Amino acid sequence: MNNQSPENLQEVRAMIQRHKLNDYIFSIIGLLCLMVGLITLLTLFIDLILQGYPKLLSLSFYTDFPSRRASSAGLLSALVGSSLVMLVTFLSAVPMGVMAAIYLEEYAPKNWFSDLIEINVSNLAAVPSIIYGLLALGLFVYILDLGQSIVTAGLTLGLLILPVVIVATRESIRSIPIAIREAAYAVGATKWQVVYDHVIKYSFGGILTGVIIGMARAIGETAPIITIGALTFIAFLPPSPVTTSAPFLNFEWLSSGFTVLPIQMFSWLSRPSEAFHVNAAAAGVIIILVTLIMNGFAIRMRYKMRKNIKW
Amino acid sequence: MMTSTTPVKAEARNLSFFYNGGNNAVKNVSMPLYENKITALIGPSGCGKSTFLRCFNRMHDLYPGNKYDGQIIMHPDNTNILEKNVDPIEVRMRISMVFQKPNPFPKSIYENVAYGLRVRGEKNRRVVDDKVEEALKGAALWNEVKDRLQDLAFNLSGGQQQRLCIARALATDPEIMLFDEPTSALDPIATANIEELMSELRNKLTILVVTHNMQQAARVSDYTAYMYLGELIEHGETDRIFTRPTRKETEDYITGKFG
Repeated sequence: MNNQSPENLQEVRAMIQRHKLNDYIFSIIGLLCLMVGLITLLTLFIDLILQGYPKLLSLSFYTDFPSRRASSAGLLSALVGSSLVMLVTFLSAVPMGVMAAIYLEEYAPKNWFSDLIEINVSNLAAVPSIIYGLLALGLFVYILDLGQSIVTAGLTLGLLILPVVIVATRESIRSIPIAIREAAYAVGATKWQVVYDHVIKYSFGGILTGVIIGMARAIGETAPIITIGALTFIAFLPPSPVTTSAPFLNFEWLSSGFTVLPIQMFSWLSRPSEAFHVNAAAAGVIIILVTLIMNGFAIRMRYKMRKNIKW
Repeated sequence: MMTSTTPVKAEARNLSFFYNGGNNAVKNVSMPLYENKITALIGPSGCGKSTFLRCFNRMHDLYPGNKYDGQIIMHPDNTNILEKNVDPIEVRMRISMVFQKPNPFPKSIYENVAYGLRVRGEKNRRVVDDKVEEALKGAALWNEVKDRLQDLAFNLSGGQQQRLCIARALATDPEIMLFDEPTSALDPIATANIEELMSELRNKLTILVVTHNMQQAARVSDYTAYMYLGELIEHGETDRIFTRPTRKETEDYITGKFG
């Protein structure tokens, strides 16, 4: 085949061109698919901004309580409520999720029982959030008598993102090479020393990413919060967690009534008055921005944490 | 024979090993490790030499279902390190290990070497500093890294990383050091450095090295053991094994007829 005749060469070139056409067609279809999703979301976001910009630009929107008059209604109680609920969510889900994942990966014997737990954890991540709301209503509100409060909402969302935290932590732990663990065991480390000095440290970036993505999901959750009975019209703030006198910490806020951003948005949206829809759009923009910022932060943390780790 | 006068540091007695699932990877091996000597384990891949080596620091205990049979006796205290009531952590504190691929922690050069001391609860900064320097000097790495001890270990070259792993294994003054094909991921120059280092380390401790490279065994070791299909075929002084093997199988492997 060393001496290709000119005709043969022509044929080969034509064939290559035909095959390359497939590349071209696929790349066009792929781009279109990508655009459908991106453009829809972008349109939605821009539409919200255009609708809500008069409110977004006014400072009083962020410092006012809800009101009967659309012009003076603000987000303050929802912003504070969402922040405090997220704080409880973070403090409950992260330690529990991380410790559960470390136990499952490092300590639990591998048998049918741990397999069963593994399947269940993955399934829990797929349970609709309203089911968590029902569970929370029964457990936290009625049995434990925590009331329709910030602590109930925080624990509910904590439960909701627990599987996300567990799965992310386990994946992160699993990505640590066996050679690194063996190196630590070989100098005489105990299991806990390996976990504390290596496993947690090297998987920290991945754990954090999982936590933030879980939190970003939780901050937009509406259904379970409605189920446990969040209020839609709150014209007061919970007691401050930090006080000026000793012991400087105050836990009354935990049992306070509250509202959160998506519920505030929903309540404005369900009003007939057109003016309230501007408020709803502005609240929507804030929720999306918070989520985007959290996700961006997660990506940045992952990049930073992995920079010094090469495997 | 000279072997009868050289003190024995450790010896395997009728050692068998079974992986989870029953695979009998080491079969009834009895073999001494002579003090301050290098013993090389050679044999085709899958012959059980790495499995045998990893019995010496109870590495197999990390994975469930593995089973040892027989004894490994450490001298002079005559401890059977495979016995149930001997803690594998105690064994690993006496017998350290260098792996096939360099596996430094994603920490600083200093912290890599210091880790064995940290695990032992050594808090005194001066003691740790001194030990780290001593270990890095012992691993012939000190001159290359003394000005950048806080740099990440990953920034070192492959050969330097492997010497760092040797320093890490050396920092805790082990009695025996295990090398599991320590140069198989390295270039010829880095390999020569490691081999030279092993020859020097012999003055301080006893070495057991697994190698797939017969020339390496001939170059560095004092004793050589040939394993095949989990069995010890022949063990003796390296010079004799390579010039006058008593078993036909050993001769075939060494001359390249087999393997």
